[in-house]
Amino acid sequence: MTAASTVSRDRMPEHSTTKIRTEGVSLYYGAFQALRNITLDIPERAITAIIGPSGCGKSTFLRIFNRMNDLIPGARVEGTIQLEGIDIYDRCIDVVELRKRVGMVFQKPNPFPMSVFENVAFGPRRHGGNNRGELADIVEKSLRQAALWDEVKDKLDKSAFDLSGGQQQRLCIARVLAVEPQVILMDEPCSALDPVATLKIEDLMRQLSNSYTIVIVTHNMQQAARASDISAFLLMEPDRAGVLVECGPTSQLFTSPKDKRTEDYITGRFG
Amino acid sequence: MEMRTTFHKKLREIQDDVLAMGSMVEKANSRSIEALKGRDLDTARSVISDDPKINRKRFEVEEKCIQIIATQQPMAGDLRAIICVLNVITEMERIADHAQGIAKIVLMIGDEPPLKPLIDIPRMADKVNDMLRRSLDAFISRNADAARQITAEDDEVDDLYNQVFRELLSFMIEDPRTITRATRLIWVAHNLERSADRVTNICERVIYLVTGKMEEIDA
Repeated sequence: MTAASTVSRDRMPEHSTTKIRTEGVSLYYGAFQALRNITLDIPERAITAIIGPSGCGKSTFLRIFNRMNDLIPGARVEGTIQLEGIDIYDRCIDVVELRKRVGMVFQKPNPFPMSVFENVAFGPRRHGGNNRGELADIVEKSLRQAALWDEVKDKLDKSAFDLSGGQQQRLCIARVLAVEPQVILMDEPCSALDPVATLKIEDLMRQLSNSYTIVIVTHNMQQAARASDISAFLLMEPDRAGVLVECGPTSQLFTSPKDKRTEDYITGRFG
Repeated sequence: MEMRTTFHKKLREIQDDVLAMGSMVEKANSRSIEALKGRDLDTARSVISDDPKINRKRFEVEEKCIQIIATQQPMAGDLRAIICVLNVITEMERIADHAQGIAKIVLMIGDEPPLKPLIDIPRMADKVNDMLRRSLDAFISRNADAARQITAEDDEVDDLYNQVFRELLSFMIEDPRTITRATRLIWVAHNLERSADRVTNICERVIYLVTGKMEEIDA
């Protein structure tokens, strides 16, 4: 039994409903075990941050939630991962539909080589929407939600590459919002951005958390402290498998962590 | 687009807490003097029994400050604001302790006949409350000039204290049987004088918040 399994659910805020439940999750790349026995609840309409040193499996863990690891040959998941009580690794799950419900924003802004409008309309079009009027509504709504509308409303037909890095990242968030997901996964969404653009994204995340469940992976502890409600600390064990050391309300984890290893990491004594 | 809305919302909440605590302290102060004037032991007891609420409020605000420092990394004026709050709540908690001290003296006095009509002591209490209220206004409005003005008014409280002291001393010289009662009133006045000094400390912190400079004010 590892430390991972000792993290109990009673440290979650009492008012929250669990959106994603992981139970005894392990992940292997061939013979190599990347994650070991992780049990963690992701509360609904809150921001959960996953922190930990490089290589501890943060991104790998995040990618479990929309089965992005399926794309890696030899990757194998054990344990259960439930989205609203449904096992997302069940054979009858439509992965495309799952990824619509669980959207993802990546480290580097990755707009498509097309106009601002088409970037946001891309998802809804793929999912069957072709009515120009409806699409325009979706695009505007998504861009507004992503706090980008006022900056781009006059250049919807311009190439997305003309936008600044911070704007491109918010465009990618708008693109995710356009298909009306329930969960937004963010993998180091600000690591390519300057501090001002970073704070804008953090503020945006806060607004979005009123309607969406957000899980963010960040190597920036200060960002996790500032922007999240719940923090989960992952650490690599000697065999290089990532385990969950501690998870709890961010205000508690950053003021009085329960595990010495968490304290050592957030105070910069290792990592 | 305002940056860091979450942080600023939390900071505003903390400032509201400071104001709420200020009004609790002000109330404790007024009621302790009310109890003294009216020989009202029930009111005195309630001032004493309410003091833990003020202490709890202080811990609650302190906890929020610790969390905001740990999670939001406040810088510059924001950092000074949090440090200012930590000092202000400590001073206010002590002012409440002085009010509690006065309430305890009221219980000691019990139903002893009054030595003299109380005039300067209530004036001191009013002045302390007025200074406290305005020091918190100066904190909220980031007004260093107003804070400096309030520290200057501490002299008025000191003058009243000296006046009370001299007057009660003359009572004691004239009739040693009044010594116990007069001494107790001097304690009351001393508590108020100390409270005014603590308001001066609050003002020093407001000046630091606004200017970034630590100024020692002679009080």
